[in-house]
Amino acid sequence: MRIALRVVGYGLLAAAIVLLPFTLGEFRVTQFTYVGVFAIALMGLSILTGITGQISLGHGGFMAVGAYVTAILSVNHDVPDLLTIPLGGLVAGVVGFLFGFPALRLAGVYLALATFALAVIVPSVASAAGSFTGGTAGILLDLPTSPIGRLTPDKWLYFVTWGIAAALFVLALIFLRGKRGRALRAVRESELAAVSSGISLANYKTLAFGVSAFYAGIAGSLYAILNFIVTPGTFPVTLSILLLAGLVIGGAGSLLGVLAGAAFVEFLPLYAGDVLRPVINAGQRLGFPVNDVDPTTPGVPSVVYGAILLIVLIAMPNGAAGLVRRVGALTKQVYSRQNPSESRVTP
Amino acid sequence: MGMLVAFAWSEFFQQVVFGLAQGAVYGSLGLAIVLIYRTTRIVNFAQGEMAMFTTFICWSLTTNHGMSFWPAFFVTLGIAFLLGVGIERVVIRQFEHASHLTVILVTIALFVIFNGLAGWIWSPEQRAFLGPFSAKPFNIGGVAISRQDVGVIVVTLMSVILLWAFFRFTKLGLAMRAAAIGPDPSRLLGVRVGWMYALGWGFAAALGAVSGMMVAPIVFLSPTMMQAVLIYAFAAAVLGGIESPVGAMVGGLMLGVGTTLLGAYVDFVTGELELPVAFTVLVLVLLFRPAGLFGRVVVRRV
Repeated sequence: MRIALRVVGYGLLAAAIVLLPFTLGEFRVTQFTYVGVFAIALMGLSILTGITGQISLGHGGFMAVGAYVTAILSVNHDVPDLLTIPLGGLVAGVVGFLFGFPALRLAGVYLALATFALAVIVPSVASAAGSFTGGTAGILLDLPTSPIGRLTPDKWLYFVTWGIAAALFVLALIFLRGKRGRALRAVRESELAAVSSGISLANYKTLAFGVSAFYAGIAGSLYAILNFIVTPGTFPVTLSILLLAGLVIGGAGSLLGVLAGAAFVEFLPLYAGDVLRPVINAGQRLGFPVNDVDPTTPGVPSVVYGAILLIVLIAMPNGAAGLVRRVGALTKQVYSRQNPSESRVTP
Repeated sequence: MGMLVAFAWSEFFQQVVFGLAQGAVYGSLGLAIVLIYRTTRIVNFAQGEMAMFTTFICWSLTTNHGMSFWPAFFVTLGIAFLLGVGIERVVIRQFEHASHLTVILVTIALFVIFNGLAGWIWSPEQRAFLGPFSAKPFNIGGVAISRQDVGVIVVTLMSVILLWAFFRFTKLGLAMRAAAIGPDPSRLLGVRVGWMYALGWGFAAALGAVSGMMVAPIVFLSPTMMQAVLIYAFAAAVLGGIESPVGAMVGGLMLGVGTTLLGAYVDFVTGELELPVAFTVLVLVLLFRPAGLFGRVVVRRV
């Protein structure tokens, strides 16, 4: 029954995603393509932070690696852009795997710092390695074209992105099944207990970093094709922060959570300012002396976004247990199919 | 080989002094991070943005309200202090028992809010920030040394020494140290631990404001001006073992001199690469001395 329900649910979701672009204008379609790109990145982040419990404030950096691989290969070496996507993922995956080694020695706070530094440094390396990356001007890609006459390039990229997202989702389910999935979760719950049970922290942490960065790299490659320009400023520190915040707000570990988080990452910066308007109107109606604010003023969206993030963090029911526990509870519902009756021991 | 031909001691000393000035800025922001970490076990990602925000306040006081630099400097320190205390009392205390991931996200939310506020109030464009020191150099034994650099070093070191004296010689400082080391026994002795934490945030914000106002004439005033400085400050704090105030200061000075000399004498290290090089050094240090250069190794009993 449960499995049947789940299949129906996934089927409906897939149908909604397939039909969506035919109900929207081209501009909206591209926005939802970006949602797909961020969903891929968040699946990766969810494997690392949600499942394995390793924080990353640097996933924008891994996305940048994938994006530059695609840009360099397709522009300078004439590789068809869709073929560069797996390569972007692989290169980012290798970088992530290597980054996992120093990260092994770093826990909690230090890991947050190291990954944050990664997010800051990748753009500056990209602008320094000018002969390779085009420096601060970046690399201009060819405009995307559609091989199918009936589909506009925008719709074509929409289906490519969501097709890859679906495939990667299935891949994540397979990756997290069985012994490997349990070992990764054990690392999150207690490193000490994991080691005592014969789980190699080094193997599983570097593996989680590698796989997670692979996902981010693929997302970065797609981002490059969609954006058709890659510059050091394309992947700013704020993107990495947005990704982690999206994961927390959406709730990692569940597909719906990842999709909600991805929608958050795409739409919040665009519409954060508009959130203010109803708030101001409500305030004025209640008689507070609130001035009108132009939502397009620079900085206003960031303030609203930060405030939303704070409110979500304060309002989180299990605030004390924090992100990991909350993520863990959601994870159990979705990923662990082998033991659906598993319930948490309550004291 | 070019570097050997061009090498001159006077230029070398100038670079060292410039590096020390940069390092003093990194060190003081790093010290602000250490201060908050020691009192509340929180790594404050918003430290740099708070410093940037208060530097904008100083700019506004001098440009729009006709104050001269030094009065504006001290008014800004007061505002920064109140800002720090307010943030701890209003926001941070909500998360006293939250996991460190949650708290990191809270400070990141503050980071985004202050960054946005500065762009909102003062617009995101870059501005010139006139510091108190003239650009005219001293001349000591044939070596021209920038007044600006010496001024930055003196002001930051003085603030750090004042802060040290406060913690070492005043009752309030003692109470703050007690609250950080043993919150529960301190409570029993009548120390209002929550307020001590808030004061810790206040002092850290004021120290951050010093670093912001000292670095702004060099990097120009903009909402992103402290982001690279923050990375160096983190690096300085971690180099020093994140718990050690002296370590953070020494770490900052080492980083400042090190990156300046690398940038000046190693051809491939351009301005953009100083940060990655500093980061690589930091990772190497952490790999071989995970507790930093000045930190104590905590032995965990299993």
